Amino acid sequence: MTVTAVRSPRAFQRLDSGQLLLIAVAGLMTVAGIAYTAVAGLEDPDFAIGFGALIAAGELARLTMPGNREVAPIGAAAALGYTLLLDMGRAPANHPALQVVAVLAVGMIAGALPHLAVGRPPQLDAMARRLVTGALLAFAYRPLAGPLREMTEENWTPVLGVMAALTMVTLHLDVLLASVLRAERVRAAFSVAVHDELRMAAPLGVAVAASGVLLALASHSMDMAALLVFAAPLLVTQVAFRKYAGIRATYLQTVRALSQVTEVAGYVEPGHSRRVSRLAVAVGRELGMAEPELLELEYAALMHDIGQLSLRDPIPGGATVHVDGEQARRIAELGAEVIRQTGVLERVAEIVRRQCDPCVEMPPLASRIIKVANAYDDLVGGSTDRDRAGAAMERLRLGVGGEFDPSVVEATTLVVGRLTRH
Amino acid sequence: MRGLPWFAKVYLVAVIGAALGLLGHGVVSGRFAPLDWSTLLVLALLFLVCESMPTLLSVRQAAVSVSFSAALAAVVLLGADGAALVGMTAMLSVHPGLSPVKRLFNGSQFAICGYAAGGVYQWLGGTPHVPDVAGFDDLILPFAGAAAVFVPLNFALIAVILVATGQADQVPLRGLAQFMVSYLGYATFGLLIAGLWATVSSISAVLVLIPLFVARWAFGQYLAQQRSYDATIAALCQAVETKDYYTRGHCTRVSQASGMIAEEIGMGPERLRAIRYAGMLHDVGKLGVPTKVLQKEGPLTEEEFAAIQLHPMRGLEIVRGIDFLDEAFAGIMHHHERVDGKGYPMGLAGDEIPEFARIIAVADAFDAMTSDRSYRNARPIEVATAELRKGAGTQFDPVMVSAFVKALERDGWEPPRKVVPPPADDAETTIKDHDDPTMPIQVVAER
Repeated sequence: MTVTAVRSPRAFQRLDSGQLLLIAVAGLMTVAGIAYTAVAGLEDPDFAIGFGALIAAGELARLTMPGNREVAPIGAAAALGYTLLLDMGRAPANHPALQVVAVLAVGMIAGALPHLAVGRPPQLDAMARRLVTGALLAFAYRPLAGPLREMTEENWTPVLGVMAALTMVTLHLDVLLASVLRAERVRAAFSVAVHDELRMAAPLGVAVAASGVLLALASHSMDMAALLVFAAPLLVTQVAFRKYAGIRATYLQTVRALSQVTEVAGYVEPGHSRRVSRLAVAVGRELGMAEPELLELEYAALMHDIGQLSLRDPIPGGATVHVDGEQARRIAELGAEVIRQTGVLERVAEIVRRQCDPCVEMPPLASRIIKVANAYDDLVGGSTDRDRAGAAMERLRLGVGGEFDPSVVEATTLVVGRLTRH
Repeated sequence: MRGLPWFAKVYLVAVIGAALGLLGHGVVSGRFAPLDWSTLLVLALLFLVCESMPTLLSVRQAAVSVSFSAALAAVVLLGADGAALVGMTAMLSVHPGLSPVKRLFNGSQFAICGYAAGGVYQWLGGTPHVPDVAGFDDLILPFAGAAAVFVPLNFALIAVILVATGQADQVPLRGLAQFMVSYLGYATFGLLIAGLWATVSSISAVLVLIPLFVARWAFGQYLAQQRSYDATIAALCQAVETKDYYTRGHCTRVSQASGMIAEEIGMGPERLRAIRYAGMLHDVGKLGVPTKVLQKEGPLTEEEFAAIQLHPMRGLEIVRGIDFLDEAFAGIMHHHERVDGKGYPMGLAGDEIPEFARIIAVADAFDAMTSDRSYRNARPIEVATAELRKGAGTQFDPVMVSAFVKALERDGWEPPRKVVPPPADDAETTIKDHDDPTMPIQVVAER
């Protein structure tokens, strides 16, 4: 378990310091790359334009993966291919690292412009991260390009080894950077963030790495035709991921939307489910839960009152904390029954079923969190008043012995302290 | 093979015989001798791995797999005979429970396709050997020709057996376009494998396959999520309905009927999915209507009727946060409008009513009439359709009504099971159903 230090109010509400630093570094690199290229002239302009166009197209086709992670797999693979490029057909490719940075930056900006024009700004930090990791690889690899090309005259295998090793190092670096940013942004523990990022990035990252290396190799034997031939297969991957990301987003939106039916029907106070789920997820994160568990926690928290739909009359004010234990337990059972009907959300149903169990009966952590979050919201509602929040926490802390999990109450106190501060 | 019609048997024997004849002739005339056996082995292995884990696009009886790219690479690297040999290995693929005859047929049809594609490749000027680094451009046209023969031939050979065994209706023709696009993608994979063979030989195959398997994995995840999503949305909608004993299952049936109408009038797959969700969610706003209004006997006051009229808007409020097509929202919002303009909540008329809403209105009324209610038994389908026809032009859009009737005649309809009247205390029953066109809600003016 980790506890994040309480921070002083930040000057920038939307960007954390790490993000700002990264964006600044990316900006400096862009300026340096473009300035250098402008002075030294563009080496092999048609390669640069070809790959730059593909990077732009990839940026245009960027997508948002679950957890609000912006990725541009085609652009990333094209950038990787351009960095690793040794020759085109038979003509050697001699572009220096700074030119790679320039092509990357110009391509990405060109691809982001149409999005900007229709009012969808890119996530600056994600874009900066793509640029910085690409640039780092270029600085490490481009100086080796000459000797490596000579080696390919005899044997491709060691060259392939170098490409693969450096690409893997870059991928890991990218995951680390993403984890630092994420840990800061959502206030997760760093080690948990690394695991989450690795899980999310690994499949797509491996596909991008393989495609990038493939692109560099393909350019050797197929010339510029490689860019076209290669774009089609990676498109298949991209389409699959886009569909996946789309259904994941719709799923969450739908559960969020339908969790409001209890409010519309007057069983609970307006906004109750959303507030409980938000608080529960923040507490779960504070307690070091990983993303898949957090998703289950969020679903369970959103639907924790759904059993009330089976009740004949709404409970006044909906507050389950004021209901006698027997009835609350029955609502939990009914809710779990509804969720079990889906046939897929078994664990969510179990979390909902045990949400009323006192701590001593050792229900799942998610159930204990929902119990506390629910009780807190019943006492405080949508208010962000500090005194009221403090009084509610005090009441939960002194609550019936064995009812609430002390560590969950502790984490909730921290989260509530943060939420009511600003 | 037992139980197959005789022409299917003849066809099977003909295909298998042709393939075996091809291979046998190859052996006798010694055309297999000059083949590069290590390349053949790698490609055959690749083909087997891909063939054993099909399907990006899956129909129960016919699976599409990536093996196609390995077969096309074999055409380039080994020529017609090699491709036929590689294709024949399909019969060894890992499909537990597949009968030997089916295995033999699969291998044979792949062998024939490979051989034919190889022939076309050579006819268009391609030479079967590991392509030279400089000669890549000359490869593209013969390769495209080979792919253009392989796919339709493969499709035709399989389609004939499906038609002969009466499973043809399971091959969705709608999916054909998607099918062809994915084949185009796979073809380029084959070209990549062949083109890179000169540089890094078999490693190229691994590199080409990685993105592909990742794509497959992602697609599998997508399908799993999609199924899970559909189950969840259905379960949640049914939970909303548990409040009223008699309308259970209404949402899923309206979703189904709306889908039937939409399919009949030729909607594309994306809109079809959207209208199914809209049909599913059309009544979620009903929870906002106080139970006492739904349970009240006798006519309603204007105020009470207004509460009922509000429910489409309540529903829209609830689902607005979901990324559906805008049409789905319009369908939910306006599903109680009438073509003559006397509906609610906006009183739209004729073409002003969104298409989705006109569809849902028909499906909604039909299910209400063919289900049991506390005040009457379910009506037979014929009576309900007659009622729909009577309302066509005033309450319903005649186009949608006739499309629905046509779809009903073709596909039939499974009306809900007879509802056993609930024990008095166990569940709620409502006295009126706002969806039922044969029992309009009576409203008295307040004084």
